[in-house]
Amino acid sequence: MSQSLISPSLATVAYIGAAILFILSLGGLSNPETSRRGNLYGVIGMALAVLATIVGPRVAAAGVPWIIAALVIGGGVGLYAAKTVKMTQMPELVALMHSLVGLAACLVGFASYVDTSVQFTGAEKAIHEVEIYIGILIGAVTFSGSLIAFGKLNGKIGGKPLLLPARHWLNLVGLLVVIWFGREFVNAHDVQSGMMPLIVMTVIALLFGIHMVMAIGGADMPVVVSMLNSYSGWAAAATGFMLGNDLLIVTGALVGSSGAILSYIMCNAMNRNFISVIAGGFGGGAPAAPKADGAAAEPQGEAVPVSATETAELLREAKSVIIVPGYGMAVAQAQHTVNEITKTLRDRGVKVRFGIHPVAGRMPGHMNVLLAEAKVPYDIVLEMDEINDDFPDTDVAMVIGANDIVNPAAQDDPTSPIAGMPVLEVWKARTSIVMKRSMASGYAGVDNPLFYKENNRMLFGDAKKMLDEVLVALKA
Amino acid sequence: MRIGVPKETYPGEKRVATVPDVVTKLVKLGFEVVVEGGAGELADLSDAAYVEAGASIAPSAAALWSGSDIVFKVRAPSTDEVALMREGQTLIGFLWPAQNPDLMQQLAAKKVTALSIDALPRTLSRAQKMDALTSMAGVSGYRAVVEAANAFGRFFNGQITAAGKVPPAKVFIAGAGVAGLAAIGAAASLGAIVRANDTRAEVADQVVSLGGEFVKVDYEEEGSGGGGYAKVMSEGFQAAQREMYAQQAQECDIIITTALIPGKPAPKLITAAMVQSMKPGSVIVDMAAEQGGNCELTEPGKAVVKHGVTIVGYTDLASRMARQSSTLYGTNLFRLTEELCKTKDGVINVNMEDDAIRGLTVIKDGEVTWPAPPLVVPPKPAAKPAAAVAEKKGGHGHGSSGPMPVKTLVTVFGVGALAFWAIGAYAPAAFLGHFTVFVLACFIGYMVVWNVTPALHTPLMSVTNAISSIIVIGALVQILPPEAGTNGRPDGLIQWLAFAGIVLTAVNMFGGFAVTRRMLDMFRK
Repeated sequence: MSQSLISPSLATVAYIGAAILFILSLGGLSNPETSRRGNLYGVIGMALAVLATIVGPRVAAAGVPWIIAALVIGGGVGLYAAKTVKMTQMPELVALMHSLVGLAACLVGFASYVDTSVQFTGAEKAIHEVEIYIGILIGAVTFSGSLIAFGKLNGKIGGKPLLLPARHWLNLVGLLVVIWFGREFVNAHDVQSGMMPLIVMTVIALLFGIHMVMAIGGADMPVVVSMLNSYSGWAAAATGFMLGNDLLIVTGALVGSSGAILSYIMCNAMNRNFISVIAGGFGGGAPAAPKADGAAAEPQGEAVPVSATETAELLREAKSVIIVPGYGMAVAQAQHTVNEITKTLRDRGVKVRFGIHPVAGRMPGHMNVLLAEAKVPYDIVLEMDEINDDFPDTDVAMVIGANDIVNPAAQDDPTSPIAGMPVLEVWKARTSIVMKRSMASGYAGVDNPLFYKENNRMLFGDAKKMLDEVLVALKA
Repeated sequence: MRIGVPKETYPGEKRVATVPDVVTKLVKLGFEVVVEGGAGELADLSDAAYVEAGASIAPSAAALWSGSDIVFKVRAPSTDEVALMREGQTLIGFLWPAQNPDLMQQLAAKKVTALSIDALPRTLSRAQKMDALTSMAGVSGYRAVVEAANAFGRFFNGQITAAGKVPPAKVFIAGAGVAGLAAIGAAASLGAIVRANDTRAEVADQVVSLGGEFVKVDYEEEGSGGGGYAKVMSEGFQAAQREMYAQQAQECDIIITTALIPGKPAPKLITAAMVQSMKPGSVIVDMAAEQGGNCELTEPGKAVVKHGVTIVGYTDLASRMARQSSTLYGTNLFRLTEELCKTKDGVINVNMEDDAIRGLTVIKDGEVTWPAPPLVVPPKPAAKPAAAVAEKKGGHGHGSSGPMPVKTLVTVFGVGALAFWAIGAYAPAAFLGHFTVFVLACFIGYMVVWNVTPALHTPLMSVTNAISSIIVIGALVQILPPEAGTNGRPDGLIQWLAFAGIVLTAVNMFGGFAVTRRMLDMFRK
C-alpha cells in the first residue's frame, strides 16, 4: 500500500470546497452576466474533486495511469463533440450525455456490488444493498430513456408517441417485479446468488426507460429532457449513498432537484401535471402530444396566404414587430437569417422583439440558445409573461415554425386538448404572419384557429428559404 | 341586437359614429345596424354605401331611436334626443359626465345604460384600441397644422430657388400629448423646424422620434400627474416656463398649443404681450380653446387676427376632418363592441367586472355608476415576487400551482413525517449522516435553481449535466483502492468496470463544460 499525498480529512475538506463551487456555479447561471463565471466555478469544483480523489487515500499510486488514460480518452471525445455540435443539435447532445451518466452509474453500482473487500452486516448491509439496487435502477432508466430521447430528437426514432395497450399496467407489473427481486437481492447470501435478481432488475429498468420515453410525443421533449437531467442527478446521489461519499450525494441532489424544478416549470408552461410526468407516460387523458408528427389536420375555414415580398412590405411599414420562434426555426436553421432581418429592421427604426414560450423548441431555453448563437441581443428576447400584454400594440407578430404555443384554442375552447395552456397571444397584434411548410403537413391532433383569423396571414414554405426571400425584399 | 346610428344634431358637427367598413364588421359580430338617413352625408359617406355594407336606413331620428337597442353617438345627446330614449337602451358616445350633470340625471331617469367613451381607463394597455380620445386628438393635431398652414402665408419647408432663398417655418408646439405629437409629426413632414415642450420630461424621446426638438424649461420638477396627463406646476416652474414661451414667441412663426389639465381650465401659456412680440403674419392655433384656451387672446370657435397674428381657436378640429375622424371613432366603437360581445352572437354584456368596461359605464340600468373606482394597478415589480412565492410553494408540492390548499399541505407534511419516522426508526447512524446531507442539498438546489432566468435553461441543463459527472468519483475510488487484493475482491473486473465508468463520465465532464462555455459565450447584449 502506498502512502497517499493528502489525508482523508484534507480530501473531505476539498470535497466541501467542490460542493460549494457547484452551488455557486448553479447560482451564477441566474443571469447572463454571471453565467460564464458560473461555468468556471463548475470546472474548478470538478477539477478539485477529481484531483483530491486521485491524490487522496482511496486511490493507490498504481491506479493513476489508468485514471489518466481514461480521462484522456473520454475527455478527448467529449471536447471533440462539444466543439463540433451544431447549436440546433444541443438537445440531442444533452440527452446523449445524460445516458452516459446513467450508464456510468450502472457500472459503478455493479462494481460496488462485486467488491467484496468491504463487509457490512445487519441493517448496514441491507441499506448498502438497497442503495446499490436503487442506484443501478435509476442509472439504467436514465441510460435507456436518454438513448430513446436522443433517437427521438435526432429523428432516428419517429416523434409519434408509442402507446402500448395497458401500458400503465405494464409499468405497474414491472414495478412489482422490481420490488420482488429487490427483496430477493437483499436476502441473497453471496454475490453469485444476488447477481441474478440484479440483472433481471437492470433489464426491466432498461425496458421501462425505453417504454417511458417512447410514450412521449415530440413536443413534450423539453419536459423529458429536463426530467432525465433530474434522473441523472438522482443516480449520482444514489451512488453517493452506496459509496458513503457526501460530495456525490450533495452534487447529485443539486442536479436532481434542479432538473425536477425545470421539469416542473416546463409542465406549468404546458399546463400538465408534474406527477404524471415524473412517473413517465403522461397520464391516460393526455392528448396525443401536440406537435407530434402524424396524421394531417384537415384545414377548415379560409387561411390567407401572403408572399415573401408582401411580408417584407408589412414588416417595413410596421413600427413594432414581435417574432415568435418555434421548433420550425431550429429545424430550418433559420436563426441567422432571422437575426439579419432583425438587424435590418432595427436599423430602419422598427422596434423588434422576440417572444419566447417556455416550451418552444425541444428543450428548456432552446430558442434562447439559438438566437444567442445568431447573435441576437438578449435584451430584446423576452419571455412570454413579459411580452404577452404588448401584442395589442404590435403591428406585426411573426410566427416562425411554431404552432401550439400560439394557438388561441388554448384560451377559447375548453374542449381543446391544450385548453388552459398559456399561449402567446399573437392574434392580438394588428397583423400576424405564420410561417409554415403547409396547412396540411406536420402537426396532428390540434387544429389552430389562428390560421383562419381575419388578421392572420400564412407564409408557406421552408422557414429558411422564405426568410431569405423576405430579407432580400427588405433590403431591396 | 340592433345598433342605431343617428345623425349628429350638434350645430356644425360633421362626424358620424360609424362608417360602412365598420358596419360590415358589426354585422359579422351578429348585430343588425340601422343608420339614420343622411347621417354620414357631411362626412362624405352616402346612405347607399351604408346599405351596401349591410346597414338599413331609418327614415327619421324618432324611428331610429325607438327601434334601436344600442345607440352609437359622437356628441352627447341633446335633451330632445334623450326624450326619444326608452328604458333598457344602451347609449355609447362622448358624454363627459363631469361636465354634464344634467344630462346624467336625464339619462338615469330614463333607466338606460350609458357608456361614456371619454371615461375609458386609458392606462389599461388593453383599452388602447378603444381610446377614442386618442384617435380624435390625433386627428385634431394633424388638422391644427393644416389650419396653421392655411393661415400662414409662407412655405413650411426651406427652399433655395431661382427666385431666392426661403427660410423654413419655425413651429413651436406646447404640450406633447397625443394631439401635440400628431402636430409635431405633421409639421415636421411639411418641412418645418419643429420645437416642442411638455412638463412631462419623459415625452422628450417621443418628440425627437417624430422629428421635433424638445425644448426644456430651465427648472427641475417632475410634471407627470398620473394617467398620462400633466399636473399643475409650481410657481417657480411656471415663471421659468413663461420665460421660455416668451423666447419661443419671438423666434417662431407658428405656435400650436395643446396644454390641458383634466378638470381644470386650460393654463394660460401665451400672454397678450407674447402675441404682440410675434412677427406679423404669425399664426397661433389654440387647441385648448374649448377649455378657455392657452392664449389670452383666443376667441373659442373663431379665427381672429390680433396684433397681426392670426389666432385660430376652432373647437371642432376633429369634425373638420369628418371622414377620417368618423372612421377612427367608428373603429374605436367597434373594438368596444367586441369587448362587450365576447360571445360574437350579437348580444352585448356590460360586464362590470371588466376594468375597462367598468370605467366606461357611467350609468347602468338607470343607476349612476360614475365615477368608477380608481383602477388598482398593481406595481409591476411587486407582482413578480408574489407569483414566484406562490410557485415555490406549488413547486414543492409537486403538482399544484399557486398556493397549496391546506388539505394537500397537511397530506404532504403527514406523508413526509411518516417517511422520516420510518427512516429514523430503522436506519443506522451512518446512513442518517448522509441522509441529512442529501435532504439539505435538495433544498439548496431547489432554492438556487428558482433564480435561474428561463433564457439560461439550456445552459443550466448542460452545466448540471456536466456536474453530474461527479459520479466519476465513484469510479475513481474503485479503480485501485488500498483494500485491493484483500478478501477475494475481483480486482480485474472492477478495474475494467471502473475504467469504463471513468471514460464515460469524462466524455460528459469535458464535453458538458466545454459546450456550456460555448453556449454562454454566445449570450451577449
